[in-house]
Amino acid sequence: MEAFAGLFGIDPFDLWFFFEVLIGGLMSGVMYALVALGFVLIFKASSVFNFSQGVMVLFAALNFVGFIELGLPIWASFILTMGVMILLAFVVERVVLRPLVNQPHISLFMATIGIAIFLEGFGELIWGSNIKPLEVGIPDDVVFMGDAMIQQADLFAAAVASVLVLVLALFFHYTRIGRALRAVADDHQAALSVGIPLNTIWVIVWSVAGFVALVAGIMWGSKLGVQFSLAILALKALPVLILGGFTSIPGAIIGGLIIGAGEKLAEVYVGQMLGGAIEEWFAYIVALAFLVFRPQGLFGEKIIERV
Amino acid sequence: MFYREAGQFKTSYAADQQLLPIPMDRVFVIAVVLIAIFVVPVVGSQYWLESILLPVLILSIAALGLNILTGYCGQLSLGTGGFMAAGAYMSYKIATNMPEFMPVWVPILGGGLFAASIGVIFGLPSLRIKGFYLAVATLAAQFFLLWLFQKVPWFVNYSISGVPSAPPETILGFYVTGASASPEAKYLFVLAFVIVLALLARNMVRSRIGRSWMAIRDMDIAAELIGIKPLQTKLTAFAISSFYCGVAGALWSFCYINTVEPTAFDIERSFQVLFMIIVGGLGSVLGSFFGAAFIFLLPILLNNVPGWFGLQLATDVVSHLEFMVFGAAIIFFLIVEPHGLARLWQIAKEKLRLWPFPH
Amino acid sequence: MNDSGAAPAAETPTAAAGTVGRPNRIGEVILKAENITMRFGGVKALSDVSFDVRRGEVRSIIGPNGAGKSSMLNVINGFYQPQEGSIWYLGKSYSPMRPYIAASNGIARTFQNIALFKGMSTLDNIMTGRILKQKATLAEQALYIGRGRSEEIEHREHVERVIDFLEIQAVRKTPVGRLPYGLQKRVELGRALAAEPTLLLLDEPMAGMNLEEKEDMSRFIIDVNEYFGTTIALIEHDMGVVMDLSDRVVVLDYGSKLADGTPDEVRNNQAVIDAYLGVAHD
Repeated sequence: MEAFAGLFGIDPFDLWFFFEVLIGGLMSGVMYALVALGFVLIFKASSVFNFSQGVMVLFAALNFVGFIELGLPIWASFILTMGVMILLAFVVERVVLRPLVNQPHISLFMATIGIAIFLEGFGELIWGSNIKPLEVGIPDDVVFMGDAMIQQADLFAAAVASVLVLVLALFFHYTRIGRALRAVADDHQAALSVGIPLNTIWVIVWSVAGFVALVAGIMWGSKLGVQFSLAILALKALPVLILGGFTSIPGAIIGGLIIGAGEKLAEVYVGQMLGGAIEEWFAYIVALAFLVFRPQGLFGEKIIERV
Repeated sequence: MFYREAGQFKTSYAADQQLLPIPMDRVFVIAVVLIAIFVVPVVGSQYWLESILLPVLILSIAALGLNILTGYCGQLSLGTGGFMAAGAYMSYKIATNMPEFMPVWVPILGGGLFAASIGVIFGLPSLRIKGFYLAVATLAAQFFLLWLFQKVPWFVNYSISGVPSAPPETILGFYVTGASASPEAKYLFVLAFVIVLALLARNMVRSRIGRSWMAIRDMDIAAELIGIKPLQTKLTAFAISSFYCGVAGALWSFCYINTVEPTAFDIERSFQVLFMIIVGGLGSVLGSFFGAAFIFLLPILLNNVPGWFGLQLATDVVSHLEFMVFGAAIIFFLIVEPHGLARLWQIAKEKLRLWPFPH
Repeated sequence: MNDSGAAPAAETPTAAAGTVGRPNRIGEVILKAENITMRFGGVKALSDVSFDVRRGEVRSIIGPNGAGKSSMLNVINGFYQPQEGSIWYLGKSYSPMRPYIAASNGIARTFQNIALFKGMSTLDNIMTGRILKQKATLAEQALYIGRGRSEEIEHREHVERVIDFLEIQAVRKTPVGRLPYGLQKRVELGRALAAEPTLLLLDEPMAGMNLEEKEDMSRFIIDVNEYFGTTIALIEHDMGVVMDLSDRVVVLDYGSKLADGTPDEVRNNQAVIDAYLGVAHD
């Protein structure tokens, strides 16, 4: 973005430039989608709106980079961090979810805000709060498609995200645990009555969300460095969810792409007229408009209220 | 003399509907208010007045505002910072452009009213959405408003730096705002707002409007079916809540940080105020004060306690610890006592009422 | 009251002749459901249902589970908007009825699954029933002066009478979430009564109650009807209770009206017997 931030006039008819902005936006959309994915997984399985997903991304990245700085190889750091995330899932289930079961959703939501702020402090207490560069061998050259300049790292991230989604889809369709998770997502009571232990399900789903957070953390960390602002950026996953619906994995991905592309295009083509930095709020205002006109999102189900 | 309720009978509904039906409570509250007005400014050190009491009182107003919206009306908001900023910027605009003879509370209240109208606009979606959906909608308010006040130089009178200092205003010849005002004057000025706004809040929550809010919070469908208009009720809560936040934002700029700047009202501030009402007690006026005191005093405590044991913690370690303790406190209160410190206080009073008998 | 709309009904008072011993209690028609059809997606919850309610009577809606009874009440007080049909109430026709209009014109109700405000005390819950009668401005309320104060006291007195009537003085200041089920049902009735309704809709007021609680509740319903003259439309599963309390009964089955008449007529109606007992097709 910095490359043309200094330019005053933009040729609105330069298609290659449009294409470049679009691709850049879609790529940051992939990042949002990765965070949103973690939200959706947890929401589907437990109806908990996990506000801490964004901080989990930061927390995972902090651990990962921390282990690397300790001199461990990348694969070992990855496994160790995954271990930390699974441990986190256990602790969250035991300390937060179990005591709050059957409480209003809004209480659980606020509790996850508590988790978020705790993790933020905890992660930075252990690993420090300075910005840490993350180098895991992701290519950082640029390639040209026509006249449009595209970051290789972005393409790599898109590829990783696709693989991740594929792996998750396989996991949900072809493993026993995955099928159990889907059963819980469909109907808690029914799942309980056929003997699927809900507590175990929660641990698993938070672990999977931790895994998604770790992948997202590595992608974002190598792009921007591992730092606190990751958690704020991850808040953008919230409007993504509004667009895509809270229960739809394809929705999270498409919502992410729309938000990512939309905000970059808006920034470049409209933002300059408004003094810039409209990226900060564009996604939220889009979500707000969406909420007013289509509250269930693009793919969510409409809820009929009963008394 | 012990705190007792037994033997105090009421003979009319009017007596039972007083603000504080128990005489001992009345005496206690009046005593606290009198001490706050007459004793504290004389006895309190400059540090206590300026660095602790002032911010705690101002944030109590914001917490009171958020509590009306979230604790009483059940509409979760993460946009508190944005509404505070609206109050601060509009107060500045009014204060710097109004005729000389107008009193200083005019811009403060004007800022509050501006924030209220903004709150109504961002409250409109609450007709159709609730819970965390609404929380996301209020995030839009937070980010958009902060951006707006940074990008529209009109609000800061086209100041070059974009961060103007708060205008010095006087009451009876004493400066009460800006950097040159004495801590005592600022403290009393803020305290006046706190007392009046807290009293109004207490009256509202025990009247029809308060019951309408709580009805919407507890079961919006049933509320609608007994004739409560959901949109109107929610918008009233948004307006009044944002008014309180706006006044708090104006006081924060005018009396505490002495400048008008966006960073004072960022998303962290929104969360800070939310934590205050969770810890202090959702749906409690008193809890707003407890919460503000807790959240503001805890870091000071964390800074000092290790020192008493001869430990010296680095400042960044302390700030990380702060986060962890906040997070843990929020989870603790949500699980153990969802009505927060205010409820603990109430339990203590009930115990005292029966003391020394267990039941 | 404008009762021009009552004329086409052309029903004579003899329609209410089944109510032995209380002949003058029942008056003109105050509510008519006219050809109500209500669909949820493809499912028809109500099809072309019509019936009326007369002033002062106890009118019951019965039927097996899923017959559309609750939907019918929801249509009457405007929570559901039916695709076809209208609600005629006190001289005006509404298609559809709206919750606010229903509430402000004296239709109050209770719910099948208790819909109290759980975080509020019994007193405050019942006080919400008076909300439409309180006119104080926001400023008066915030300052607790003028009507802000006098209304609070005036309505408190009325609410206290309701509390006395329902015998729930002892739990006046208890948060309703902590009350046992039977008492919650009573508080909910109190909230509806506080509005001094013209028409009271009760959705399974005795569901889940033991015999003693049912007797209490029946007594309250009869008292409300007799002393306050409140018209009552209720849904109930306990046939004994329905037949004892009601002046007239509507029977719904699969969203259609099966029968309509006095308890005796309904009891002897062949279609009703078939629907309830099952019929042997041979």
